[in-house]
Amino acid sequence: MRPHFDPGFLAGLVFASLVAFFLVGPVILSVLAGVTANYQRGILESGITLAWLGRVFELYAPTIALSLGIALATLVATLLLGVPVAYALAKAPGRLARLAEEALVMPVAIPGIATGLALILAWGAVGEFRTHWTFILVGHVLFTLPFMVRSTLAVILAAKLPALEEAARSLGAGFLARFVTIVLPNASPGILAGSLMVVTLSLGEFNMTLLLHTPFTMTLPVGLADSYASMRLEIGSAYTLVFLVLLIPLLVALQWAADRATGAPRRP
Amino acid sequence: MGNDRLALAALVAPAIAFLIAFFVFPLLMMARTGASGPDGLATYLTILVDARYLASLGKTVLLAGTVTLTTLAIAGVAGVFLARHRFPGRRVLTAFLTLPLAFPGVVVGFMVILLAGRQGVVGTIAEALTGERLVFAYSLAGLFVGYLYFSIPRTVLTVMAAAEKLDPALEEGARSLGAGRWRVVRDVVLPGLEGALLAAGAICFATAMGAFGTAFTLATQIDVLPMVIYAEFTVGANIAVAAALSFVLGAITWAVLAIARTAAGANVAAAG
Amino acid sequence: MTTPIRLQACGFTHADGTCALQPTDLSVEAGETLALLGPSGCGKTTLLRLVAGLARPDPGGCVLFDGRDVTDLPVERRNVGMVFQSYALFPNLDVAGNVGYGLKIRRVPPGERAARVARMLAMMRIQELAHRRVDQLSGGQKQRVALARALAVEPAVLLLDEPLTALDAKLREQLRVELAGLLRSLRITAIFVTHDQGEALALGDRVAVMRAGRIEQVGSPHEIYHRPRTRFVASFVGILNLLEGEVADGLFRLPGGSLPASGVAPGPAVLACRPEQLRLDPSGTLAGRIAAAFFLGDRTRLVVEGAAAQPIVVETVAAAPRPGEVVRLAAEPGCPWPLPPA
Repeated sequence: MRPHFDPGFLAGLVFASLVAFFLVGPVILSVLAGVTANYQRGILESGITLAWLGRVFELYAPTIALSLGIALATLVATLLLGVPVAYALAKAPGRLARLAEEALVMPVAIPGIATGLALILAWGAVGEFRTHWTFILVGHVLFTLPFMVRSTLAVILAAKLPALEEAARSLGAGFLARFVTIVLPNASPGILAGSLMVVTLSLGEFNMTLLLHTPFTMTLPVGLADSYASMRLEIGSAYTLVFLVLLIPLLVALQWAADRATGAPRRP
Repeated sequence: MGNDRLALAALVAPAIAFLIAFFVFPLLMMARTGASGPDGLATYLTILVDARYLASLGKTVLLAGTVTLTTLAIAGVAGVFLARHRFPGRRVLTAFLTLPLAFPGVVVGFMVILLAGRQGVVGTIAEALTGERLVFAYSLAGLFVGYLYFSIPRTVLTVMAAAEKLDPALEEGARSLGAGRWRVVRDVVLPGLEGALLAAGAICFATAMGAFGTAFTLATQIDVLPMVIYAEFTVGANIAVAAALSFVLGAITWAVLAIARTAAGANVAAAG
Repeated sequence: MTTPIRLQACGFTHADGTCALQPTDLSVEAGETLALLGPSGCGKTTLLRLVAGLARPDPGGCVLFDGRDVTDLPVERRNVGMVFQSYALFPNLDVAGNVGYGLKIRRVPPGERAARVARMLAMMRIQELAHRRVDQLSGGQKQRVALARALAVEPAVLLLDEPLTALDAKLREQLRVELAGLLRSLRITAIFVTHDQGEALALGDRVAVMRAGRIEQVGSPHEIYHRPRTRFVASFVGILNLLEGEVADGLFRLPGGSLPASGVAPGPAVLACRPEQLRLDPSGTLAGRIAAAFFLGDRTRLVVEGAAAQPIVVETVAAAPRPGEVVRLAAEPGCPWPLPPA
């Protein structure tokens, strides 16, 4: 512990505070603008209103519902697809497993706009799929699956799950019993962190969704872009406020879950 | 153990099938579409010859590179500072620095508009000071600010995690040998953070290359590569070029991440 | 609970083609404790895993429990109790949950299960830990929980993989005594793996010394120590002095004098002796200078230079001479002895 009036410490503190100000300032501006009657005249002069929030719900309620629905569906899909993969990768430490892991992570390494375009080119003409919300779901699962796999895999590896499983086997537990009594409970911190990550990413996904969506399947971030482009600043701000109210609790929970999953000591 | 292997394969099979159907197959289709235009395979060559696409590619790489270096400098200093000092308010400061983590690009774009747009605070302050309204949100400068905004939080987190793992004994050892503050940073701290900085830098670069939401929100006339792809696809209906450009863009980001991963030996992936 | 074990031609080759264990025959009698001793990578853990059923022998190998071929039975159906090197306690269950896990899997009714868990905890003298989380246990406590968990299912055989390695020296000594008592009183067939020769000699009814994927010698601790059949066994178990000299006229001539050598063919020879087979004796026929003295409490270990080409280690319980002093050494009857073939 160094003394706090060390000039190096002060310089660092000032610098970090300035950066924090740069990051948080606009968020505060946005929240205030969302409840200001007239942003041009300022909040003090024009007063506080919830009218803009009301307008947002009138205009964009379906986008919010659709985004929440897609986020939940994405979560279910990544749980079903991703958790077994993480388990298998942890148990099969070979060249083939590393290759499979590499392949699974690929979708994250390629920009969403490229993946979105590829999906449209390959599947856009197949029946009603293009206009159905599951088209967006597919894109979101593609993009979030690696996060579920990696988060779960990290915890499984750290928990020395293969050794625990051998112990359970030696005590007579078959595959299913092991999976339920040993694997799932010990992987749960990673699964939880992965789940929060998946929901957070799905709620905010834009790069791919802008291409994938149709007028019938507009998600929250696409709606945000629409409001920024064609509505008053106050409506855009109010809509952003709604989004932040959904997102920030998820981010806080995610931080908590990630700390728990990595077993990091709580910071003072 | 043959049974075991079969069981493990069965667990991976659904995800692999999904990946083949909705990732590998679409990418192949896109590669084919890229060569299906009037110029055939030469479409890929056009990208490197056509002045407009080449300029866009150059601009995007330059922007991504500048953003990466600036982010590493800012987040490196802030991250090491937060990892090294314990003081009241540290948690709050950390929370503030990582708040915009996972903000989508569109929202980041809106934050830049609030800062430096037509009704932005920077403009208001500048007007009060100089009488002239400063508006730069809708230009490459605005995009630069937006990408910084987007990249700093996650880079700070990576740097903090790596700095906390650095063995303090190394630093104390260097100090006991008479090394000054800057020498310690240069000889101990930076080499210790090399892997994390490389990984974070690669993610930052790849994300800035492919990010789209911020540019989309700020303006349609900023011709970074993702915007050009979008314009070719929607407005120009030039699907072959859009596909070819996407393929090249994907290849670049993937290669950057793969190289960084090989060099850093860490898990590296972009989210964007 | 007394099951004899036999391994016939059990070898093990990894998927990448490296051979971890040559085809090996081994039998463990009912109620006997066998120690598998060897340096790391010698195949001892592989052998244990073959017995457990965690690995399958290469084709042609066969594992018999009580005369019954169990080669095709996976570990979960072999009814073995296993104590793992890092204990592998389940962090999502408390101590009682860990000990009762095997009984739960075997669908033992809750009432009976609780009674058996209590009995196990009492036997290991850890009743008060029943509802403790496993990450709150000390190393010694973890070791007891792991033993209780393995024994709770009344296994046919008990398999222990380096059971004491993770403990500090003093605790290791204490638990070694307890484990020895437990194995005697349970009369369970047990195999344990260790790289610690002291542990193997103290705990094993018999010891199998392994090297490079094969068993070099199986025998009682006494046989292993005093009648090593190979040079590797001789040097791996205990401290061994190797003396290079020449045999002539029934004497073994060394740079610092000579020692009696009866029944050894004349000519250059390398003979061996244990530290305790040599003693300080003013009328001894071999002279050397004390290079170092290590006080071990009950005795002092001396390093003597000049007597032979290599320094000789001698132990004495009497007042030890100081470094630099010249001493004379005498040998016990039958010492030095010719080394077994390499």
